[in-house]
Amino acid sequence: MSAPAPAAPRPLLEVTDLTVHLTRRAGVLGARTEIVQAVNGVSFAVGPHETLGLVGESGCGKTTLARAVLRLIEPTGGTVTFDGTDVLALPPAPLRALRRRMQIVFQDPVSSLNPRMTIGRAVREGIEIHHLAEGADADRRVERLLDEVGLPRDAVHRFPHEFSGGQRQRAGIARALAVEPDFIVCDEPVSALDVSVQAQVLNLLADLQQRRGLSYLFISHDLAVVRHIAPRVAVMYAGRLVETGAAATLYARPAHPYTGALLSAVPVPDPVTRRHRIVLEGDPPSPVRPPSGCPFHPRCPHPGKDERCRTERPPLAPKAGGQLAACWKTT
Amino acid sequence: MTAPTPAAAPAAPLLEVKDLSVTYRTAAGPARAVDGIALVIHAGETVGLVGESGCGKSVTSLALLRLVDPDGHVALGSSVRLEGRELLALPGKEMRQVRGNHVAIVFQEPATALNPVLTIGDQVAEVVRTHHKVAAAEAWRRAVEMLELVGIPDAAPAAHHYPHQLSGGMRQRALIAMALVCHPKLLIADEPTTALDVTIQAEILELLTDLQRRFGMAVLLITHNLGIVAETTQRTYVMYAGEIVEEAPTPALFAAPAHPYTEGLLAAVPRLDAPQGRLTAIPGQVPPATAWPAGCRFHPRCAWAWERCAAEHPPLLEAAPGHTARCWLLAEPGRRAATSTAEAGGSRGAGA
Repeated sequence: MSAPAPAAPRPLLEVTDLTVHLTRRAGVLGARTEIVQAVNGVSFAVGPHETLGLVGESGCGKTTLARAVLRLIEPTGGTVTFDGTDVLALPPAPLRALRRRMQIVFQDPVSSLNPRMTIGRAVREGIEIHHLAEGADADRRVERLLDEVGLPRDAVHRFPHEFSGGQRQRAGIARALAVEPDFIVCDEPVSALDVSVQAQVLNLLADLQQRRGLSYLFISHDLAVVRHIAPRVAVMYAGRLVETGAAATLYARPAHPYTGALLSAVPVPDPVTRRHRIVLEGDPPSPVRPPSGCPFHPRCPHPGKDERCRTERPPLAPKAGGQLAACWKTT
Repeated sequence: MTAPTPAAAPAAPLLEVKDLSVTYRTAAGPARAVDGIALVIHAGETVGLVGESGCGKSVTSLALLRLVDPDGHVALGSSVRLEGRELLALPGKEMRQVRGNHVAIVFQEPATALNPVLTIGDQVAEVVRTHHKVAAAEAWRRAVEMLELVGIPDAAPAAHHYPHQLSGGMRQRALIAMALVCHPKLLIADEPTTALDVTIQAEILELLTDLQRRFGMAVLLITHNLGIVAETTQRTYVMYAGEIVEEAPTPALFAAPAHPYTEGLLAAVPRLDAPQGRLTAIPGQVPPATAWPAGCRFHPRCAWAWERCAAEHPPLLEAAPGHTARCWLLAEPGRRAATSTAEAGGSRGAGA
């Protein structure tokens, strides 16, 4: 298998064949249960100090995947190894200890910050839970963190509602950093922000990574945002990875027809460039009844689409550009 | 997207907005959400209105149709003329004839804009019967025809579906069918694709462009997405802090933005074709509508600002024919050259 990017000697996070099937009630008054195949056999690795971008549209399973990696949702199959530790086998106490090293920043800082807790307390909470510091020592840590994320010092005594969306996201980042993690899942961290503020927060995340040597799993529906932050990218469709590789290759020469369609659909802020837009037919498949064969085959615009695409699921395989893609038809 | 060049249109504009101001009462005092807006839209033209949250672009769209909620107050002296007729002075009954018939609107959230207990066919047919004296069967026939035109597969049976039975993209198509079934002269599309995935967004934008061409209607496209503006509009207004800060033919706006805010916005947009790396951010935050800064409202965030910007409110000044911007740099262009050589672009957009 040709390496999609210069991978680090030992990955910090290694996910193998991860599967999350959720059970939900359906039918009249929930008389029947159905299985939602949110994540199906996903494998990837994130090296130390590395950012992996995870791209996909709503309902593709990217958020479920992120939560399963942190065991905020229990996976139904596969393995997650963090720095040599089997995360899925950990009993509660060591899992809590490990979570100090694995943090998450959510999309919506409004609902992820307790409205009745000052920013100072929210940031300090993790420091105390993990016994990293106390008293005046902890105060100094909180102040340093606020400086680091670009919040004023008096934020310590103020409440989330007193801040703008961008500032609240900075507070969310400070809270994640407080426990000195090695790895942060960023789940759509800038999707709720305006363009000008979004750029500020993306730059902050990049600076923090450099300064602290962090690893990110950066999840977004916005391919352009991911292009700016992640040197390596994975594309998810209907619960599976369909393409993964170096961003430069994948954006310039996508091997999976879905990646190609996704890229062509992004409006480009340049009125002079006119690109060929691939418009897909239909909607993404239901995760309850995923299509047979290639999950993308019902919408696939590839002219060579055939019986094999409908019946046999293609594995991720190396392509000419150096990336991996799950497609029978592209080389 | 066809090119009836806006400059070569001496005819009376389709829509002419002058001095439009909308004030809201809030706990923090009056909020001047929209403050003295002027807009012109010609027949058949696609015009963009761009800005970030809180700039007043959605309030503007509501005010054009007199849909501002009771907390908001449209200031005396505001004027919205459609083909010369003052909409702000129309009796309620006549205004209802204008809405949906001459001017229609498509909102961002298709899930809440549709009535959940009526089929989509009923909802489109209802619009027809509100504006035309036709039999129920004829209204239904037109509804199905329109649903087919907006690309709903198997429109005849699908017309019997309720909104929850449709996907987000199909619901947005149903809303577009409702908006266009009476062939309005102007469609206001307020963030029509913001709630949709990028592949579905692409379908809807293609559809809007196609229908616009087919019906020859004008479109006012309100969005925060500069990519969508670049790809679909001929002329663009940029809003900041309740005001229009720049107006230009879309190619000129992207090639040579005249207002530092527009410039900053364009630099801050992540691009697919740019390599990995830092973005140029605009420092600071959008101010609240209850406390717009004195002078130029952008001056606290502007890298070029000098004393005049803090003291005097700039009018829209001409940058090129058909291209205006609310910036004193246009009155003192020497400053831009001087500052940029002195600092070599150093401090521009530094503050993340």
